[in-house]
Amino acid sequence: MEPFTRLQGIVAPLDLPDVDTDQIIPKQFLKRIERTGFGQFLFYDWRFIDGKKQDPAFEMNAERYQDAAILIARANFGCGSSREHAPWALRDYGFRCIIAPSFADIFYNNCFKNGILPVCLSEDQIEALFQKVRQTSGYSLDIDLEKEHITSNDGINLKIEIDPFRKNTLLRGLDDIDLTLKNEEKVSAYEARLAGTPSLSL
Amino acid sequence: MPAKTMLEKIWGDHLVHEEPGRPSLLYIDRHLVHEVTSPQAFEGLRLSGRRVRRPELTFATPDHNVPTTDRSLPIEDLTSAKQIETLSENCREFGVTLFDLKSPDHGIVHVIGPDLGLTLPGVTLVCGDSHTSTHGAFGALAFGIGTSEVEHVLATQCLLQEKPKTFLIEIKGQRPYGVEAKDMVLSIIGRIGTAGGAGYVIEYGGEAIRELSMEERMTICNMSIEGGARAGMIAPDEKTFHYLRGRRYAPADFDAAVAQWKKLPSDPGASFDRTLTLDVASLAPQVTWGTNPGQVASIDARVPNPDNLPDANQRKSAERALEYMGLKADMPIEEIGITRVFIGSCTNSRIEDLRRAANFVKGRQVSSKVDAMVVPGSQKIKQKAEREGLDRIFREAGFEWRESGCSMCLGMNPDTLEPGERCASTSNRNFEGRQGKGGRTHLVSPLMAAAAAVEGHFVDIRQYTPQEES
Ligand code: SF4
Repeated sequence: MEPFTRLQGIVAPLDLPDVDTDQIIPKQFLKRIERTGFGQFLFYDWRFIDGKKQDPAFEMNAERYQDAAILIARANFGCGSSREHAPWALRDYGFRCIIAPSFADIFYNNCFKNGILPVCLSEDQIEALFQKVRQTSGYSLDIDLEKEHITSNDGINLKIEIDPFRKNTLLRGLDDIDLTLKNEEKVSAYEARLAGTPSLSL
Repeated sequence: MPAKTMLEKIWGDHLVHEEPGRPSLLYIDRHLVHEVTSPQAFEGLRLSGRRVRRPELTFATPDHNVPTTDRSLPIEDLTSAKQIETLSENCREFGVTLFDLKSPDHGIVHVIGPDLGLTLPGVTLVCGDSHTSTHGAFGALAFGIGTSEVEHVLATQCLLQEKPKTFLIEIKGQRPYGVEAKDMVLSIIGRIGTAGGAGYVIEYGGEAIRELSMEERMTICNMSIEGGARAGMIAPDEKTFHYLRGRRYAPADFDAAVAQWKKLPSDPGASFDRTLTLDVASLAPQVTWGTNPGQVASIDARVPNPDNLPDANQRKSAERALEYMGLKADMPIEEIGITRVFIGSCTNSRIEDLRRAANFVKGRQVSSKVDAMVVPGSQKIKQKAEREGLDRIFREAGFEWRESGCSMCLGMNPDTLEPGERCASTSNRNFEGRQGKGGRTHLVSPLMAAAAAVEGHFVDIRQYTPQEES
């Protein structure tokens, strides 16, 4: 996995609560068997009119957000389906950090497996960010995972809370499977212990 | 020994390794796989030269993409066909058991797991699908995972997990006629909100839960994810054991297994991180009016007026939902007219669901304004229903009778809503565009869906007395 250490990037707003993974990447695009190429379909039903023309009413479509790498959103972001296509699409589109008051569980997990940093801030902090993003074209934030803070040119300095294990895997781009395989003998010992349990036999 | 919850017992039984500051390594007993969330996981194994650690513990079926029309015809959508074929190839290459489209055991992954006896009390069961919570109805710890985790389970038969918090929802009282498991769970979500269960595993208990059949318990646990919880569970009891006895993959020494399973229920006095008690006696049938399952009202109520909602976020969300749904604030729910009806999905496509709906439509006709379809959850259910003559009842009433699959629950196959079409659906999600771009979904029980099909709008099922239905 690609490590995440520090990110300086333009912020784009998505001003809706309960954004579900069906909206992040609609089902008609889940038929691909690859992990890549989903960015073009991100927020498809909101971004496009009739699947072709960009909808000017969708805020993220504005020219000033085109190179955004950070998304700010409202509560319960990523609810619904477990599809990892959602973080794949966000990453492929260019987002490496999502900031929201809260995230749905499976989506939150899935982000870490794909080098995306999900950050929880309070509703008030997010509201302030929405205002700044709208006031200043090209508004950007500097996210330092090592130091666990977010800063900006206009003096923002926010603390990020992140689980130390997750932080370490992101910083070093570690792969969970490799980590687990380091405990291979424990897995084998567990299997030997459980062998023959009546309630588990197939 | 301190009193433990069922979750704590299952968790403890599956701990492979624990160390401070890291998620626990948990052993996974059963792994279910479908065509949409697995190809990249198998590809990952190939790229890293890994094998499936315990192929005999993983079972696969294609369900999301498959057509529900004539199965002898080739699949028209070539990308769907490719994804389904890729699943077959991956299962062959890695030695995983597959129930393909031609198998008599084909069906929605969360329907066939219990049906085959793969879902058992006390097991950890995962699938790359959020509605894996369904299997918790048997007293399993069952939850949905992402594709990276699917790969992790394939490679290691384990998962790295943070221990969830526990949430006991106790449901008391006697269910009135016309109030189904679906209504119970919709009202719970309406109450706790779509993120209310985040970070928790919900255990459902109380007399109203004990009264439920296994099918009904699955409906409740299925929608736990819609309340934000990753898993729901119900303690196993005689009903659970009775349901499982004799199923193909049920333990050979069944009595010994039952003896172990009886130790699973939460101990008296076990403490939960959160509790909630509800009474089902005064519950009415539920209909969602918005674009998430928490936006729900009783059939005898009105569409809410966003101006009356206390919270600014809720207000905004309700305004947007009403606009998308094409509904007016304060209109009676019963006046909402529909043109499509979908009876199916892993929430409500089991034999009892079909029986109840058929019992209602028998001798009645689907409204001339309505297109209605029934999609059984599995081939076995379909055949059973046909032996009981339910297909004939549905067809005579004007329903289409289809082959098994996810179908219009998410419309990845050709079964979709057109923009603006309004559907009474027994599925679990009413998100914008879920059943087709611009489609408007109202979640209801099978009985309420059947009644809406006949009347062309939502009706209070309680106005039909049970006798009248026989
Ligand atoms: S029936 Fe619907 S919710 Fe259930 S697994 Fe299929 S798509 Fe998902």
